[in-house]
Amino acid sequence: MPPLAQRNLFHDKIRLTVTLTGIVFAVVLIVVELGLFVGFTTTTSGLVDHSQADLWVTSRRVPYVELAVPFSERKLYQVRAVAGVAEAQKVISRWGQWKRADGRDESVQVLGVSPESSMEQPWNLVQGSADDLRKPDAVIMDEMYKEKLGVHHAGEIFEINGRRARVVGFTRGIRSFTTSPYVFTTFKRAQEYVNLPDDQTIFVLVKLAPGANVEQVRQGILSSVANVDVFTSRQFSHMTQFYWMFTTGAGVAVLLAALLGLVVGFVVVAQTIYATTMDHLREYGTLKAMGAPNTYVYKVIIQQAAMSAAMGYVLGMIVSAFVVHASQSGGAAILLPWPMAVGMFFLTLAMCVGAALVSISKVTSLDPAMVFKG
Amino acid sequence: MHPAIAVRKLTKTYSQGEAGVVALRGVDLDVRAGEMVMLMGPSGSGKTTLLSIMGCILSATSGSVQLAGREVASLPQKQLPAVRLEHIGFVFQGFNLFPTLTAGENVELMLDLKGIRGAPAKKRSQELLEQVGLGEKYNGFPDDLSGGQKQRVAIARALAGDPKIILADEPTAALDSHTGRNIMQMMKDLAHQRDRAVVIVTHDPRVAEFADRTVRIEDGLVAPPREQAAVPVELLARQSENFKLAAQLESQAAGRML
Repeated sequence: MPPLAQRNLFHDKIRLTVTLTGIVFAVVLIVVELGLFVGFTTTTSGLVDHSQADLWVTSRRVPYVELAVPFSERKLYQVRAVAGVAEAQKVISRWGQWKRADGRDESVQVLGVSPESSMEQPWNLVQGSADDLRKPDAVIMDEMYKEKLGVHHAGEIFEINGRRARVVGFTRGIRSFTTSPYVFTTFKRAQEYVNLPDDQTIFVLVKLAPGANVEQVRQGILSSVANVDVFTSRQFSHMTQFYWMFTTGAGVAVLLAALLGLVVGFVVVAQTIYATTMDHLREYGTLKAMGAPNTYVYKVIIQQAAMSAAMGYVLGMIVSAFVVHASQSGGAAILLPWPMAVGMFFLTLAMCVGAALVSISKVTSLDPAMVFKG
Repeated sequence: MHPAIAVRKLTKTYSQGEAGVVALRGVDLDVRAGEMVMLMGPSGSGKTTLLSIMGCILSATSGSVQLAGREVASLPQKQLPAVRLEHIGFVFQGFNLFPTLTAGENVELMLDLKGIRGAPAKKRSQELLEQVGLGEKYNGFPDDLSGGQKQRVAIARALAGDPKIILADEPTAALDSHTGRNIMQMMKDLAHQRDRAVVIVTHDPRVAEFADRTVRIEDGLVAPPREQAAVPVELLARQSENFKLAAQLESQAAGRML
């Protein structure tokens, strides 16, 4: 087929620039918003997803990980007695007040874990080790919150709720969805920091014995331990994600912004392809008069849309890659997993081809007799 | 043997609200293979409507149109593009070339519609352009061509489908008289060489001398034969002399400009 679509597309370079600008805008906005959504959901459930636990035991009716209430630590022993439980450990997750060297207070989320356990240990450590938590007053935090908490290097001493906290290590990339950074410490020390009574815990994390059935163990705990809820890590992760993303409306806002990007891109592409179609209407009429079926003319228009989509996608993803990279050191990471990048191509293509439908309907109703009108 | 085009009792009424505009009132017309026929008449007489119906672009209100013995007037709309593609080549007043394609690609577009692509299409396209005297303009764009050259590319495109019928609507209207004569001679040669039926709608009496037959359309009807004969003898002969003088003067002026 002679390159009619390609030539028509590149013939008017200003219009092509407008079309590509619209597509790039849409691609970048959608990638950023969806990337934020993915980043947010990953961040909200990070504690659960990286816990290495199979089951979470909580007090009744806990909607998400940050809103658990304390219960008796004696339930830990009841849980350990359930068949199929290989390991069970207490974990604290509670708010505290961090005092900076300059006297300012910052809210933190204190995570009290057992150094002997494999569960809920700090991950992505770039300085120090989990074993360092055994040292007196030891805490580990993420390096991205150094400025917020007034920390310059390991070894510095601060206070959490009036008690000494010595920074012994840093992680990288452990974000908190709230504005309060996570601070890892031992379970005992965490109890002191957050004023939790000695006989209380916030969670019990469970690792299953090899070959144990997770649902059976879960039911076993529920029938053996009173007044608790038991969730698989996957369930608790989804509950937490759903709460932050949809119950608070944060996720909806982000998704709406992504949808807005799609609509803007659609409108811009529809307008420019329609304008191009109108400019070339006589040619399409001539094609029909020559005997071209409608599908032949549709192919020309769709090829234009597809070429625009491909070029706009490439340019948009280049810009998006820069934005994603720049966001990694910030408080809100934009994630771009490869399935999303691939999906964006098809979404861009669908957006552009869908926008071309307006022009296709115009060409469908075009009367080839118009070619006889001088 | 069937005429190339056979029109019987053809009527066409355009709806305009409650009233209708009758464009054709029962036209009968035969065009034989190898014949070049001019359709002439005042504006609004129905010439272009008749051409459009013969070309399967417009549908008739009633009547019959046969192309090479095949009835087409009653065919459903969706079958008409295939009929046009198989039987008919069009030449338009405004050339209707694709400005973003080269001359060669314009011709290849028609070949592409016929399913001829790649090297065979390029070869055939080159041959057709050489046939109309534009072999060296294969890679030229329409904007770089003169009016006469554009019309010759359009003729090459119309021939690409090897149609037995060529329909032309005012093919010389946008051309100077000298170029117009060359185009008409070319179309006459095409009609006679390959036994094509050529029907030309024109206002231009200067080109009537090239016709094998002139048919006058008035108020949606074909004027009776004796009235047809009177016009060329009394009027067209005189106009032909004026046309030759005008062509001579235009040539002299063009020579001075070059």
